[in-house]
Amino acid sequence: MRKLPLLTSGIALCVATMASANDDLMTQMDDPKQWAIQTGDYANQRYSELDQINADNVGDLQVAWTFSTGVLRGHEGSPLVIGDTMYVHTPFPNIVYALDLADEGKIKWKYEPRQDPEVIPVMCCDTVNRGVAYADGKIFLHQADTKVVALNADTGAVEWEAVNGDPSKGETNTATVLPVKDKIIVGISGGEFGVQGHVTAYDMKTGEQVWRAYSVGPDDQILFDPEKTTALGEPVGADSSLKSWEGDQWKIGGGTTWGWYSADMEENLFYYGSGNPSTWNPAQRPGDNKWSMTIFARDIDTGEAKWVYQMTPHDEWDYDGVNEMILTDQEIDGEARKLLTHFDRNGLGYTMDRVSGELLVAEKFDPVVNWTTGVDMDPESDTYGRPAVVAQYSTEQNGEDVNSTGICPAALGTKDQQPSAYSPKTEMFYVPTNHVCMDYEPFRVAYTAGQPYVGATLAMYPAPDSHGGMGNFIAWDNINGEIKWSIPEKFSVWSGALATAGDIVFYGTLEGHLKAVHAETGEELYRFKTPSGIIGNVMTYERDGKQYVGILSGVGGWAGIGLAAGLTNPNDGLGAVGGYAALSDYTALGGQLTVFALPN
Amino acid sequence: MTPLRSLIATALAAGLASAAAAQDAGDNIAVAYEEDGRYFTADDIPTYNVAEDGTVDWLTFSGFRRYHSECHVCHGPDGEGSTYAPALKKSAVEMDYYDFYSVVVNGRENGNSVMPHFGDNRNVMCYLDDIYVYLKARGMDAVPRGRPAKKEAKADAIQEDENDCMG
Repeated sequence: MRKLPLLTSGIALCVATMASANDDLMTQMDDPKQWAIQTGDYANQRYSELDQINADNVGDLQVAWTFSTGVLRGHEGSPLVIGDTMYVHTPFPNIVYALDLADEGKIKWKYEPRQDPEVIPVMCCDTVNRGVAYADGKIFLHQADTKVVALNADTGAVEWEAVNGDPSKGETNTATVLPVKDKIIVGISGGEFGVQGHVTAYDMKTGEQVWRAYSVGPDDQILFDPEKTTALGEPVGADSSLKSWEGDQWKIGGGTTWGWYSADMEENLFYYGSGNPSTWNPAQRPGDNKWSMTIFARDIDTGEAKWVYQMTPHDEWDYDGVNEMILTDQEIDGEARKLLTHFDRNGLGYTMDRVSGELLVAEKFDPVVNWTTGVDMDPESDTYGRPAVVAQYSTEQNGEDVNSTGICPAALGTKDQQPSAYSPKTEMFYVPTNHVCMDYEPFRVAYTAGQPYVGATLAMYPAPDSHGGMGNFIAWDNINGEIKWSIPEKFSVWSGALATAGDIVFYGTLEGHLKAVHAETGEELYRFKTPSGIIGNVMTYERDGKQYVGILSGVGGWAGIGLAAGLTNPNDGLGAVGGYAALSDYTALGGQLTVFALPN
Repeated sequence: MTPLRSLIATALAAGLASAAAAQDAGDNIAVAYEEDGRYFTADDIPTYNVAEDGTVDWLTFSGFRRYHSECHVCHGPDGEGSTYAPALKKSAVEMDYYDFYSVVVNGRENGNSVMPHFGDNRNVMCYLDDIYVYLKARGMDAVPRGRPAKKEAKADAIQEDENDCMG
């Protein structure tokens, strides 16, 4: 690979702060001995400067201690470490434990919210939660029922509560929150229930709502300035969202916001993506359905959109655009650029200028992706920035009640929410991916508030004519848009990666393995099978001069639904439906934190 | 106990009792007669029909589609179950039809395991018989996993019922 000068690490990005910023969290994130935010830092790099565990010795890694969460559903996200305390969260009922690392992990306090179990079935795809956040001496929990709670980090006492959504309309939450400056920025789930997606800022001290920005709707609801908000360098103009929907369909238009958020304090912007337009039947919602499937750059203080880019206009496959936006400072053709890199469900890896919103790279990060021939990169073209859709795989063009077969990727995307890592040392991105294709048949559905609003039948199966597995773990060059290496995996890789200064990258597998691979080559250096499948994210911290690596086990989520019984390929021929590897042959339910360290 | 909760409790108890009664599965499965493209047992319970060449009745095919739209996000592909929701292909065989119907309409709750109520959801209620006979066919292994390869044509009467129901 090209050796480029290392300009700025994720930590340096965070140092560039403003007087009004939250100094406490900033200080914690700057210290590699802590794990102060789910995403590793505001840049979402998931990179640690710790190098005690490195490529030479990671093979000696051992389990140091474990902790059972007491809950047996899908465990996404990771613990935080702030000072002497580790904060561990669970899926519904969303328990939070504060563990005293100075006293062998003794439980300092435990918080268990009271939530109406009626929220459970309104959550598409298991009752996961992607973890708590820390700032200003408080732990922030965004519960399944959309209540946002601020807990005293020392005692667990509730300092304030705010209600962000209405589960009776299908609004729920699975995501963490972004604590930034004096605000907590939160998203919403419910794209399969016809909600109108939004992001909302609450005052960090009081819980009062500061602003709310919808993904779809009138300009004053989506907080767009028709003259100033741009898409690919041009002002979007008035009613940019309304014009892309028929009638008032935008009111149940989706565009939910349940992914990972990043922030650039110099630009005073935060970044996130919006999800699918509702329903999954494209024929029922003509138009581009803006601004679903969109990358947003919004002002932290006002919520106003600076720029947007819609990746998948008029979605026909459920390719939510919510995956993380990773911020890096790199050189392109000798010029320093502030970049945003995003691996979308639609199978394209995007590199953008995060200041201007200019599209620099859009390339497939799995060669099997077939719904598009690629994105029009010609700024003079009428279709600049749009993906060219292949008619054979267009569920819109094939029409209602027609089964479109062999579409890659499947609805769960070439990558779902499981976050990637970036190493400033290698300038490579480490991406957990799915290698699954699908048949998709849309049909007419009716909308009922609080009820699923889906409208398509899907069959998913491992990518045909490939290695037979359902996942890959890849290294990606975001400047040239190329896969550097790819590790085939039996199942989708549904675990968030961690890269470290020790030249290693960690990730988990659905069978339950924690794996460490070499950051340059992908060579496997270590594996250990934890008690249950891993859909959590790897984190690291240091205490008393010793580096630790932690991971939550507990199979579930989308992966636990589709893969529990194994997948079959309906195209294998009449009467010859082949059974593929069933996850239930490898692992069972669990809920455990496993912490690793080198032997003394 | 609210009237609704009490109704569910009754439905649950009835479900347990009927599981034993359903052991003589043949009565609950075998086709006694066909009417406008729908198949029924001797007790007038909807059931599936698979011809010798594998052609399934329209409702079974339609049930495959509706199941994989409304149910599979919790209950897994092909009625096989998931990490947290039961395999409905078994429920459809073991439970009495009316109890099955009642649970879908009213929902039920068992700790953190919760079945929602679909009584006001036309995408489910207009196709509940379809989903039921599809799952029963899966539970009896009368149709393999995946999309049924051949199906009967959709009868006019079924189309009319659908139009009336969906509005």
